[in-house]
Amino acid sequence: MTLIKTKVDRRSFLKTSALAGGGLMIGFAWGCSPAETVRPPASEWFDINAFLTIADNGEITIMSPNPEIGQNVKTSMPMIVAEELDASWEDVIVKQAPLDTKNYQRQVAGGSQSIRQGWQSLRMAGATARHLMVLTAAKEWGVDAASLKTENGYVVNGSEKRSYGELASKAAGIEVPAEVPLKDPKDFKIIGKSKKNVDLDEIVTGKPLFGIDYQKEGMVYAAVLRPQAFGTRLKTLDDTEARKVNGVIDVVRFTDHTSDADKARGEKVAVIATNTWAAIKGQRALKVTWEDSQHRESTPEHIAKLDAALKKADGKSERRNDGNINKAFAEADGVFEKSYEAPFLPHNTLEPMNFFADVTDEKVELMGPIQTPQWSLGTIAQLLGRDESEISIGMTRMGGGFGRRLYGDFVVEAAAISNKIRKPVKLQYTREDDMTAGIYRPSSKYRFKAAYKNGKVTGYHLTGAGIRMGGTTREHWFPAGGIENYRVDSHNIDSNITTGAWRAPVTNFLAVAEQSFFDELAEEMGIDAIQLRLDILEQAKSNPFGEPLDYEPEKMIGVIKLAADKGNWGKAPNGVSKGFSSYYSHNTYVAEVVDVVTENGQPRVSNITVAVDCGIVVNPDAAINQVQGGAVDGIGHAMYGDFGFENGTPQANNFDKFRLIRSKEAPSVDVHFVESLNSPTGLGEPSLPPAGGALANAIAAATGRRIYKIPFAKQDLAMG
Amino acid sequence: MANYTLTINGKQKTVEADPDTPMLWVLRDALDLKGTKYGCGIGQCGACTIHMNDNAVRSCQIPVSAIGESAITTIEGLSEKGDHPVQVAWKKHDVPQCGYCQAGQIMNAAALLKRNPNPSTDEIADATHGNICRCGTYNKIKAAVADAAAQ
Ligand code: FES
Ligand code: FES
Repeated sequence: MTLIKTKVDRRSFLKTSALAGGGLMIGFAWGCSPAETVRPPASEWFDINAFLTIADNGEITIMSPNPEIGQNVKTSMPMIVAEELDASWEDVIVKQAPLDTKNYQRQVAGGSQSIRQGWQSLRMAGATARHLMVLTAAKEWGVDAASLKTENGYVVNGSEKRSYGELASKAAGIEVPAEVPLKDPKDFKIIGKSKKNVDLDEIVTGKPLFGIDYQKEGMVYAAVLRPQAFGTRLKTLDDTEARKVNGVIDVVRFTDHTSDADKARGEKVAVIATNTWAAIKGQRALKVTWEDSQHRESTPEHIAKLDAALKKADGKSERRNDGNINKAFAEADGVFEKSYEAPFLPHNTLEPMNFFADVTDEKVELMGPIQTPQWSLGTIAQLLGRDESEISIGMTRMGGGFGRRLYGDFVVEAAAISNKIRKPVKLQYTREDDMTAGIYRPSSKYRFKAAYKNGKVTGYHLTGAGIRMGGTTREHWFPAGGIENYRVDSHNIDSNITTGAWRAPVTNFLAVAEQSFFDELAEEMGIDAIQLRLDILEQAKSNPFGEPLDYEPEKMIGVIKLAADKGNWGKAPNGVSKGFSSYYSHNTYVAEVVDVVTENGQPRVSNITVAVDCGIVVNPDAAINQVQGGAVDGIGHAMYGDFGFENGTPQANNFDKFRLIRSKEAPSVDVHFVESLNSPTGLGEPSLPPAGGALANAIAAATGRRIYKIPFAKQDLAMG
Repeated sequence: MANYTLTINGKQKTVEADPDTPMLWVLRDALDLKGTKYGCGIGQCGACTIHMNDNAVRSCQIPVSAIGESAITTIEGLSEKGDHPVQVAWKKHDVPQCGYCQAGQIMNAAALLKRNPNPSTDEIADATHGNICRCGTYNKIKAAVADAAAQ
């Protein structure tokens, strides 16, 4: 039996109190992991952001601070609490906690890491509640707590049992023990069994769950005209026609600058109307001229800068340097070099950005789909000159994130508009606004150079460059440790185009490039593509070279073997070509085999076999859904993702010009999890990075032609 | 502005709107039926799919003035208790991720099955091709449609 500490020094990770109306309430810090935490744990109520209540009638409510964004956290995280509590899942109600800046902190709607970060604290909360039930019952019965068992919401003593509801009020007076026992994962009853999405009924009947659906009495609608090109700002505005549109109430100019960089973008124009359509029509009727405020960038210029950066390697760009690559290249049997290129990408969440704001003299009320309310809160306080305590931000369900809703630019806009017009307002982006206002996945290029000798890779040099990307590499991951002479360089190129995190940041293209390179390198060396990876991993596992590693080669070997087996590697039937790829990200290991067939002379992905090691799988059906979605997304953006700039102007603004993967192009995805008793790791992202590389490799197997540039669909893919 | 009397989910509703207002915004803003979603406004994504006389149409592409006598059904009116076979199949397969596209997907699938109660795998793929799911739930969507057809 594992014991978990509920206290560190004088601080508790959780607090208990009596529930008004009868019952027990436990407050705890959802996102902090007591066993592994490096930060101080919850201090008093300050960091408590989630609640578990057990009412007198036995009803168990879990207040989750995480709004749902599509990663199933709203269902799977409460499952962990219920498991340790030994509750019956049918008695559990999951509710979304509002952002209460006094009592709920660190409310970030999770990325792939939510489950990993929450695992220990969620287990602890459930285990503590369970233990309090046991202690209470032991006191009542006058027996030793150790002799009691729990099941399905009852404490059991031989043939006698007490429900949690009966015990809850009395448990509130019992002090939280310093340590509570956790279950052995082998005894899990809820974790590992598929549970339906807790919002399923509401979704399939069209209930108003999303930010776009939120409304309030007296609310008006706003559509905003922003600079149409990066590097320009508003010069003149003629709103005569816009004001004539039925339903348009006002046209206002506003600024929402919080940094010097923002100021180059000048003023924005908001059309205020009684309904969304009038606001959009008004926005389209605005007559404006723009002036240059900065250099207006174009794609060919970006590519030229990336190419120039890839030629450089110096002390400033160095990220890791094991052995001596120059010596390895000089002594090699062969040296092999390739470069890979990826464009910018918009996130294209299906729900376009939107937010509700109501700024009055007394308070600032905000509501909508945002993952990082804390950032918006601070920024808005600064912009409007208000105290943070006057501002509240509520979070709705979100129609997709993929990184876009980590940025609160649209929250700030909504607040700035309401501040100006002093009315409750719903800011709504059109798809065109959404696709052209930023934030983008940075465009990047990678150059790989490998030396080989006697059938082994002896030298490896990766150079990455990205446009406003920050770091471009993952230097302590594969193939680090497996190659004696190893160097990684990274270059960042400044730009006025707003970029940011996009599903599986950095790795979403780094993996495609790397895994394409290894496939071609294996071909050049005359070795099976999987064997080459295994040789490097065996070395990294048994006798790693150089600096410490940030991945476990053994787990990578595990998923590679599982995918090769399940994906029938080396056994392609007639008419099918296979491609392989493996990648580690968000603490999860994934390997994929892509099957490609010919349709109308072009390749079509018919199936992907995915092997995943993400530790314990909390909610299997939902996990499969996540993995399938990530793999489909990886294929879609590798095939079709195409986004560039001309004189600062985005070259696509809606789905007629930006192609997203659709039903017929989406392959079946066959998912296999490695059985594991390790803590769960990320699932929303890790199946995406390997997909594009496996696809490129399958196309190469089919056509003999390699692809070095996204989108694949724009390259010559004619199947021979 | 003009007045339009529309038949929505079996009930008569009168709304005042500009003739060019897309049904999408009439439903959402004037009639407070928020289940029908906005995704692109140009007929490309299917998030706004509703039924017009049992056919699946893109409500962002149909101005309120073009509705006339046609019977309109939205996700809110597809079934009384959320138990249309397509909704039941959607729940069984736990299809949604973010859920935003799903009302459109369900309306599209329900119209398909009305027209073709026994679609082949290819016909299901064809018929669902117009509805984008940015979360990539296509595997589950196709499985749920096939399941609903089998009921
Ligand atoms: S909103 Fe109508 S098709 Fe996209
Ligand atoms: S479930 Fe998110 S767009 Fe389909």
